This record gives sequence, structure tokens and C-alpha cells, in this order.
Amino acid sequence: MSLQVEIVHRQGSFELRGGFDAPQGLTALFGPSGSGKTTLVRAIAGLLKPQQARIAVDGAVLVDTAAGLCLPAHRRRIGYVFQEPRLFPHFTVRQNLGYGRWFAGEAKAADDARLIDLLDIGPLLARYPGRLSGGERQRVAIGRALLSAPRLLLMDEPLSQVDAVRKAEILPYIERLRDELRIPIVYVSHALDEVVRLAGHLVCLSQGGFVAAGPTAEVLTRTDLTMFAQRPDAGAVVAATVRRHDPEYRLTELACAAGSLWVPQLGHAVGSPVRVWVRAQDVTLALQPPREVSALNVLTGTIASIGHADPSTAMVAVDCGGVTLLARVTHFSVDRLQLRAGLPVHALVKSVSFPIAGHAMS
Amino acid sequence: MLSPDEWTALALSLRVAAVAVLASLPLAVLAAYLLARWRFPGIAIVDGLIHLPLTLPPVVTGYLLLLLFGTQGPLGRFLSEQLGVVLAFRWTGAALAAAVMGFPLMVRSIRLSLEAVDPRLEEAAATLGARPLWVFATVTLPLIGPGIVSGMILAFARAMGEFGATITFVSNIPGETQTLASAIYTYTQVPGADAQALRLTAVAVAVSMVALVASEWLARRGRRRVAGL
Repeated sequence: MSLQVEIVHRQGSFELRGGFDAPQGLTALFGPSGSGKTTLVRAIAGLLKPQQARIAVDGAVLVDTAAGLCLPAHRRRIGYVFQEPRLFPHFTVRQNLGYGRWFAGEAKAADDARLIDLLDIGPLLARYPGRLSGGERQRVAIGRALLSAPRLLLMDEPLSQVDAVRKAEILPYIERLRDELRIPIVYVSHALDEVVRLAGHLVCLSQGGFVAAGPTAEVLTRTDLTMFAQRPDAGAVVAATVRRHDPEYRLTELACAAGSLWVPQLGHAVGSPVRVWVRAQDVTLALQPPREVSALNVLTGTIASIGHADPSTAMVAVDCGGVTLLARVTHFSVDRLQLRAGLPVHALVKSVSFPIAGHAMS
Repeated sequence: MLSPDEWTALALSLRVAAVAVLASLPLAVLAAYLLARWRFPGIAIVDGLIHLPLTLPPVVTGYLLLLLFGTQGPLGRFLSEQLGVVLAFRWTGAALAAAVMGFPLMVRSIRLSLEAVDPRLEEAAATLGARPLWVFATVTLPLIGPGIVSGMILAFARAMGEFGATITFVSNIPGETQTLASAIYTYTQVPGADAQALRLTAVAVAVSMVALVASEWLARRGRRRVAGL
């Protein structure tokens, strides 16, 4: 139930080299523009012939250049959602949705109805693509790819061409697909907020090289990856559950492995899982237990690692009972407090600094 | 209104033009696809050959056809001996001449619409499981439909107006190869036949107008469809 990729592909002076495994669930391919993400997914889909590669889905080998095997795109059964919807303009929404299913030859009416329901595209069926909004088009494109009964779904920055409002509209649908369908999804993105919200597994690309891979929470808190440390929005993802709401102060208490966290009031029911994104710049470190501070959350832990972020700041990873937080501190503070791996510290997190990253991974 | 001879000339012209367009259509689509999508050495020569009838004097085209497809020509002899098809001095020859003259217009129009088709749509179709021939039939072909229609109408109009190549290749035989244009020419050469010439001229104008208006209407409809509205 997974995807395995090994690839070497050269284009001019650019070389993509390496490999990764994507388990069940959603795997994000993350990296800056020009890092080779699109080349990689095009090779997986069969739209590009790699010079050397071995690609297998669920044990079925699609490409093995050593054995001279390279299935054409139409025989791979890989759904592809492109940056732009690419709907067929001369077909209605219904005909667009039926296109892939017709070739798959596995008509399952019940699944159709469920998927159409899941994506809320029932009311659009009779329309032509030219009469849809950008968000509706992308939802239809996702439905069309899924109805072709794929064994793997590739999504190549499906939200990069839509505005923030449409993005907020589509993201919950992708979460639902991730949680309810039994197909691995490979999601290409250079937007960290999408990765944090969607991906259980993260593969990082930089200049054609595979620089990191693993569970999202682990990869994001690696202090040796300047790819993240350099970003102002670098931070840690923390899985938690809603413990209780405080309506008077409009706060919600979350429980995570590190202890309890207070955040601005959430709409989620008590007991429901959430993922929060704690940005490194919102975390302060103290050697003594702080008293009488305004920050609501004080977690204790030990320093796991310290990395160089930029000329003035360092990134410190703190292990708080199995949850790793990141703190951005100045090099000056690192030297003054003599911060080093293994040192016990207290991490202060302002309660207002919690962008909510959707539902937890199931 | 029209005399039997004039009706015959009109009917023959319509038949010659229709056969010319329909018979050359598959070849035109193939040629347009080749020119728009393939890169091969010698493409400029193929392109030039297809467009040659556009720039050559029609008499030259007709004469070349006569040399190739006449009863003594290499292709003409092969066709008559092996397949029993005679083109010289027959209406089928007039259709061939009309097809050759209209071909570049048809190819040009189809090629332009092919170049406007977004290849990314064809990629999407492939990822949905469509083999290349199906991609062409279900995505490419419908999207170039307006280009095909306008190419056909242009070629039809060109075929209706064909004169030089036709009269050189298959002569001007009433009832067999005398098209509207040849008939008008004949009448203008006969003293006192101005009325007939004028009547057929009016018919030619009417047919051309209908073709152009129909082409515009179909093109507009096709553009709406291709835009996904």
C-alpha cells in the first residue's frame, strides 16, 4: 500500500537524483521552485520518461529502466490533479467526471455518488467548465482524477492558482479525501501551511536532491535543515485533543504529550483531535521556571539540538515529553545562556500564537 | 429561371466541390497534425509542397496534374490499369483539381486550430487512462472542430471558384467537366450570351455568400463550445 521511487534524471545542468517511499495517507513533496518536484511527479505519472528509474505502486512496477520497462501514462492508473484544473471545455461536468471512469471500466455507482457528495459537486453536473468558479473547477478536477479508479493520486500544487478564499474552500475537501479514501496521495507544494495542515509524511527536495524524509512533525523540527530554519514561519506541528473550553475568557485547553496548551477558543467539540502549528518565533526559552509571566503556556523539556538559522539567530529544538518544539533565539542568547543539547529548559509559548492546522491525522 | 445546361453546370460544380472537400478532409487533418505536432527533417519541404498550389499559377498546377494523372501520365496510367479509375477529362479529375487547389487552405485552418489546442488537456486525458488514439478522438478532434469546419468551407468556396487548373487538366466538356466557372467563361466567349453569363454570375455570388455566412455562424458556435460555455 505505498509508492516507491528511485530516480536519476538530468535536464541540461539540472539533475534530479534520489528516491523516497510514500506510505498510506498524504505525503507532501516540499521544496522551493526549481527543486525538481514537478519533474518528479511527471515521471511518476508517465508524462516524462526518466533516464534511470524504478517506480512501483502497491508492488506493481510501473517503471524499471534497468529492465527496459516504462508503462505509458494511460496504463498506470495514477490520478493527476494539475496546478490548473485542465477540465475538457467541450464536455459538461458530468462528462468530465465520467471520462476517466469510462476508461477504468469499473463503474461503481455507489462510489460515484459518495465522491460527488464528498466534493459537493452534485449541483454542477449539467454545467460546462467555463461556467464554474476557480474553486469549483479544481474540485471537479479532483473528482475526475479519483473516478478513474487510481491506485495513487498525485496533486501538483493544486491550490497555487487559486486565491486565499478558494484555498480555504478546497482544503477541507482534500482533508476529507485523505481521511476517507484508501489511496496514497502525493501532494506537491511549496506552501508550508498546506504541508503542515495536510501531510502526515514529508519529503523535502532542494536543487534536485532529496534532503529529508519522514513524518511531518519530525522533519519540520530538524534544526539542521536550513530550508525551514530560514523561513520566518518555521515551527513545529503538535498533535493534541480538545480538553475543555473556557467560555468566560474565550480560551480552549488542549492536551498533548507535553502537557496542556491554552489557545484562543476553538469551535471543535471536546475530545476532537486537532493539529496546532507552533511557530519558532513565538517560543521563548528560560533556564529557570518562569513566574508571573503573561504567556499562558510553559512546557518543560530538554534541548534536543541547536542549528544555525541565519547570521543572527539559531533554531533550538526542545523535546517536551515526546513533543518537539522549535524556538528561534539569537546567537547571543545561545552563548549567554550556554544553551546546548541535553540542557533542561522551559519553553514559553504565547497562547495567541496558534494558527490552527485543521484536523489531526486519523 | 436557369436553363437545363446552366442547372447541369451548377449541380456539377456543387458535386465536384463537395467530393473534393470530403475526400481530402482526412488527408488534410493528417497533414495538419504532422505539420503542427511533429518535428522531422524535411518538414519545410512538405510544408512547401502542400502550399505550392496557393502560389503557383493555376494553369501550372493543372498542367502538372495533366502530366501526372493524364492517360499517359505515370500515376494516371497506374490508376486506370490497376484500379480502373480514369481522371483525365472526367468530373473526378475536376474534383482532384479542386481538391489540390483547396488543400492548402484546409490544412492551414486545421493546423492553426491544432496549434491552439492546449496540449495539457491531452496530457490530462492520458492520465485518465485514454490511449493516444482515444485522446485524439475525444479531446483533440472536438476542440479543432471549428477549425475543420471553417477549413472545409474555405476549401469548398475555393473549389467552387476553381477555373484555371480544372480547364487545363480536364478541359471544358458540358455535362462532364464544365463547372460554373467554365460555363461562365464559355458564355463570355459567345456573342449574345451576356444574359446567361450574368445569371450564372449571380448564382456564383449567392453560393459564395451562403458559404461565408454559414462559415461565420459555425465558427462562432464552435468557439463558444471550445470555450466551455
